[in-house]
Amino acid sequence: MTHWLIAPIILPALLAPFIVLAARYHITIQRAFSLAGVVAQVVIAAALAWNVSDGSVLLYQLGDWAAPFGIVLVGDQLSTLMVLLTSVLSLFVLLYAIGSGCDNMGKHFHPLFQFQLMGILGAFLTGDLFNLFVFFEVLLIASYGMMIHSGGNARLQAGVQYVLFNLIGSTLFLFALGAIYAEAGTLNMADLAQRVTLIGPEETVGIRIAAVLLLLVFAIKAAVVPLHFWLPSSYAEAPGPVAALFAIMTKIGAYAIIRVYTMVFPPDLEVTAGLHGQWLLPAALVSLAIGMVGVLAARRLDRLITYSVIGSMGMVMVSIALFTPEGVAAALYYIIHSTLAAALLFLIVDMVRNARGSVELTEQPAMAGTALVSGMFFVGAIAMAGLPPLSGFLGKLLVLDAGFDTDQVAWIWATVLISSLISILGFARAGSIVFWKAHSIEPPEVAPEHAPPGVLSAVAAGGLVTLLIAHTVFAGQVHGYTTRMAATLFAPDAYIATVIGTPGKLSTPKEEEEK
Amino acid sequence: MELLVAAVIGAMTAGGIYLLLRLRTFPVILGISLLTYAVNVFLFTSGRLTVGAPPVLRDTLEVYADPLPQALVLTAIVISFGMTAVVVMIALGAFLGSDDDHIDDDPHEHDSHPVEEQP
Repeated sequence: MTHWLIAPIILPALLAPFIVLAARYHITIQRAFSLAGVVAQVVIAAALAWNVSDGSVLLYQLGDWAAPFGIVLVGDQLSTLMVLLTSVLSLFVLLYAIGSGCDNMGKHFHPLFQFQLMGILGAFLTGDLFNLFVFFEVLLIASYGMMIHSGGNARLQAGVQYVLFNLIGSTLFLFALGAIYAEAGTLNMADLAQRVTLIGPEETVGIRIAAVLLLLVFAIKAAVVPLHFWLPSSYAEAPGPVAALFAIMTKIGAYAIIRVYTMVFPPDLEVTAGLHGQWLLPAALVSLAIGMVGVLAARRLDRLITYSVIGSMGMVMVSIALFTPEGVAAALYYIIHSTLAAALLFLIVDMVRNARGSVELTEQPAMAGTALVSGMFFVGAIAMAGLPPLSGFLGKLLVLDAGFDTDQVAWIWATVLISSLISILGFARAGSIVFWKAHSIEPPEVAPEHAPPGVLSAVAAGGLVTLLIAHTVFAGQVHGYTTRMAATLFAPDAYIATVIGTPGKLSTPKEEEEK
Repeated sequence: MELLVAAVIGAMTAGGIYLLLRLRTFPVILGISLLTYAVNVFLFTSGRLTVGAPPVLRDTLEVYADPLPQALVLTAIVISFGMTAVVVMIALGAFLGSDDDHIDDDPHEHDSHPVEEQP
């Protein structure tokens, strides 16, 4: 049993209180420790991902208690890939936050950042539904603090909406967990996967309700229409780097849906037949359409990006909702792309906000450092709208290909293609208003003081651009990896055998005296 | 007893959802609190209702209460308590900052000048 599997959770959990207690008045020390922690995180995550890339499953039993009685962390290919994605993203986001000075505008940015990482990584690594809830709460309570970082009335008001919506989601999650426990008597995912198959066809009411409630909770996290209303104002009002980190949060919902609805409630399970298999796809198509129409309709750049996040989550969910290995493989490829592209765009919006003073889509004089920012916006917009040559295009092709053999092929192709066209229009309109038309306007006599983005900020955003390009160049390898991963997701025998079969404290047989 | 507990959970949930659909922060926070009470009781009952039974296994024992939901409820209570405190503070901050405790998106939200005082 390797102890490294718990390191991604332990490291930020120790680092955050250390920063609060020992370095609260020294922003430089905070930055150094936070950065060192995140770099270590990337190394650990890469090592874990390398370790399981042959298809093995890592298991960590807390206190050596065997599942299903003890708490377990499980690292398979999917979890470690998401952990690696989160770590890499957080590195660039942290660099940007330091470079733009955003972390110094209010107190406790770095501890909250670390707690947020702890929650996200824990949610990816846990093998237990209740701990998924606990880690959701950890990441949410940190995100509440991050979202209202450095304050402001609009931000606080958006924060209230965000917190309340997520509290309702948490309550729903608890109802779902209670229902599952009442029906199956376990919350360990691997154990649950075995037990739901034993439920007779005449007693499915409870478990069906639980499955739908759980799907609703994850759909709230993934911002699937009609549960997306919390996203636009909270992401738009959050500070730029925080919104960029939040780009991974919607993917947690997608991850949880992939995990639970391929292993615990797989599409061929009779007990929950006709639930998520039928209802998720229409909802995902509507999210895709609404998100991309929102891109065209937005009057502010930050709102535009938030709607493109909803649209790209719609694309991910369309692919997941097929519940085929091809669909999930395409969805995983698109998840990586969409996380990087959304984070890049949120960073660019923050650069525009700092250099221009506002993010309204109105014609204003050219801002400081416009060449660099507009170039990056061009790349980000191409990636997000899914134009060649970047990975958005390839991801979309994979989704279209996965949807080709299904009955709903007309719906999927029509929605994906038309919504792409709309989003291209939306991005082109925004880019031309903010960056091109600016040159035809005379700058005012007394130009307001706005600094161009700093070197470190540009490096952080440039790093994300590089990752997007790498994701395109190595698309074959990445998609091959996600295809192998999807195959193991739909045949989770190795996962279940590792979790249930590994002996721990309780499994050493004793003399049976009772009975 | 099952009927009584189920009715209580149902009543609290209904009241909580009604309050959630209000427009101002105070009733909504009350509604969230009601909902969390309801879900805590619900989690308790997910281990089946037993009266006067110990939650610890012993050799001579015939009936015992499921200890796991009790542990889950403890966690849920702590989390929901903390979350409610956070939301109260943020809502208070938003109210004191803008003199407005509506939680819906109001059309003046993005104006730079503050919302006018109502007489």
